[in-house]
Amino acid sequence: MSSETTLTTAPRADFEDDPPPTRSRWSLLSGTDRAVVWSMVLLPLAVHVAFVWVPAMASVVLSFTDWNGISEIGWIGGQNYVDATTIYPLFWPAIAHNVIWLAVFFLVATPLGMFLAVLLDKEVAGTRFYQSAIYLPVVLSLAVIGYITQIFLAPEQGMINSALDLDIDWLGNSSINLWAVLVFASWRHAGYVMILYLAGLKGVDPVLKEAAQIDGATQSQTFFKVVFPVLRPINVVVLVITVIESLRAFDLVYVINGGINGLELLSVLITQNIIGEASRIGFGSALAVMLLVVSMIVIVPYLFITYRDMQEA
Amino acid sequence: MAAALGAAAIPGLAACGDSSESAGDGAATGGATSASGGGDLGTVTLGSNYSDEVPREALADALSSFGGEVDVNTVDHNTFQEQINSYLQGRPDEVFAWFAGYRMRFFADQGLATPITGVWDEIGDQYTDGFKQASTGDDDEQYFVPFYYYPWGVFYRKSVFEENGWEVPTTADDFEALCQDAQGAGLVPIAFGDSDGWPAMGTFDYFNLRTNGYDFHVNLMAGEESWESDEVRDAFENWARFLPYHQEQALGRTWQDAAQTLVSGDAATYVLGMFVGQQFPDEERDDLDFFLFPEVNPEFGQDTIEAPIDGFMLSTGVENEEGAMALLAHLGSAEAQQAYLESDPNNVGANSDVDTSGYNALQTKAEELVSGSDHITQFLDRDTRPDFASTVMIPSLQSFIENPGDVASLQTEIEQQKTAIFDS
Repeated sequence: MSSETTLTTAPRADFEDDPPPTRSRWSLLSGTDRAVVWSMVLLPLAVHVAFVWVPAMASVVLSFTDWNGISEIGWIGGQNYVDATTIYPLFWPAIAHNVIWLAVFFLVATPLGMFLAVLLDKEVAGTRFYQSAIYLPVVLSLAVIGYITQIFLAPEQGMINSALDLDIDWLGNSSINLWAVLVFASWRHAGYVMILYLAGLKGVDPVLKEAAQIDGATQSQTFFKVVFPVLRPINVVVLVITVIESLRAFDLVYVINGGINGLELLSVLITQNIIGEASRIGFGSALAVMLLVVSMIVIVPYLFITYRDMQEA
Repeated sequence: MAAALGAAAIPGLAACGDSSESAGDGAATGGATSASGGGDLGTVTLGSNYSDEVPREALADALSSFGGEVDVNTVDHNTFQEQINSYLQGRPDEVFAWFAGYRMRFFADQGLATPITGVWDEIGDQYTDGFKQASTGDDDEQYFVPFYYYPWGVFYRKSVFEENGWEVPTTADDFEALCQDAQGAGLVPIAFGDSDGWPAMGTFDYFNLRTNGYDFHVNLMAGEESWESDEVRDAFENWARFLPYHQEQALGRTWQDAAQTLVSGDAATYVLGMFVGQQFPDEERDDLDFFLFPEVNPEFGQDTIEAPIDGFMLSTGVENEEGAMALLAHLGSAEAQQAYLESDPNNVGANSDVDTSGYNALQTKAEELVSGSDHITQFLDRDTRPDFASTVMIPSLQSFIENPGDVASLQTEIEQQKTAIFDS
């Protein structure tokens, strides 16, 4: 280790006299170092390509076939896409449910989580207790949350109907079950956002807040004009997580009723078509490709703009 | 080459059974000889979906009298079904549990199962033609050994019927009168829970079978009849007539919860399979009875019963062919099925030689009704393509239950998707 360092530092001293400082540093590395750098780049790249890009590209290719997982692969062009968007009655409702899910997370759950984080950052009495209580649903798996949801909302034995003496079919009525489920999904998501945001808030230099207060800023002005802009990296993370969690929402509805009857989501339709006895792999892949495209449309431009701005700043 | 080996193995096996039993009771039961063929059958692997406690132990009882070693690989029932494709294409166990009907023929067609005609030569005379038919692939070879079946019917509590002075209805009109009576008495006429999506398939099947008959059902399931036809419309409309008597909010209720309303005496009847008995406490099971789904169209009467058959198949990854064939023959024997049913009496043995004297009232009734029926169907999701059943019929039937008024557009939707799936 130490011998390598001396090897690499020694020639650098010679080059310091050279006028162009931008000259390739690559040539300064020893053979061993290059091998290390190559392997550090190539190994993760190979893993990434093998487990992310190859399956993704395979899905794209398979989406133009009628493969059932066993028989010969037959090419059918864009027929799966036409079928999905025209005669598959669950497709548009699933898109709508994903959009509603995203809207509720973005407008309710995420702001709620941020609000809780700001409150807890004020070191109110029992902060640690509240933190744990609010974060608890994140620790539980969504399968457990699904089970809890059923305990609360089942028609006859459910806690809410029994306690309030109601007769509402929370999970079976397809016009309300999505909203009922979103309450529980938001309960979990708010905790997730809270912990992320709280970590960000702890990292904000208190001097900034003090300075704002000395300048006469109110609490809300301090937050929105000073703290919020400083937290930009965290805001990006929270936003991306919100979008991703909405688009990949799956476990909760799958536990409740397998994602049917008003709880259809794109992710569930993909699973129903590909996994299981059905094995409409071509058709399911077409749905998966559409979900991939939607995700990229939302995420890529945002990250692109944000990171460009950050580099300029 | 594997087939040649198999053909050679069967006579060898029979000989071995004879020799080891020649000392005493060798001639007692023809079908059971293979089960006690001695310890030279080696180890056979068995992929099982008998994952609940009762069936799992019952299966172990059925295997205990087998001559060889059985290495049972038990997988959760639903998981087993969901992974069946990759399971059969990967490294499957030699013998695996599966279902009769289209679901069996599909894997036979795809070359993922091995024909077991040799086993049928041995056990065939213990089965009725209906069972042999249900075990035969499209190439006229047998791929399946039936183990047990469980009929679907209209279940009720005898005590509730007695209290209210009700008779078992045989026609739709009688059934409707009974439903109205039950409503008047403050009972749910027909318990119903369809949160899993498949229980409604049984109800649809019966309305379709009673309205349009067995042949139409078979052709409809095979994709040969149109879902936009008047026949399908009539079936849905007959169901719509009875929908007001079904337990409300069915889409949020599991079948187990619906069964509880029958157990508690809050529901008069329940259209389900015989496994509804699992929900009854042991001491009350004698009160449970069932009748054939009532006649809707006099042309077809009550000539068909829905009775799904569970059984076993031979995969393509067979190393110990002799042992695997012997195991299948053993599972097809009356002896093994009887041992199973003693521990899990919610089913009926498929083998004609199963001793029915030990049957409870429900099993006896089931055996009687099934053997008295002209036709046996498997169940919607076993009689048609699995992709069609799960991705099209589950949401469609649920949407009918929620909105029974718009049958025409529902029929169009089903037909469009059926065409897309069956043509692919």
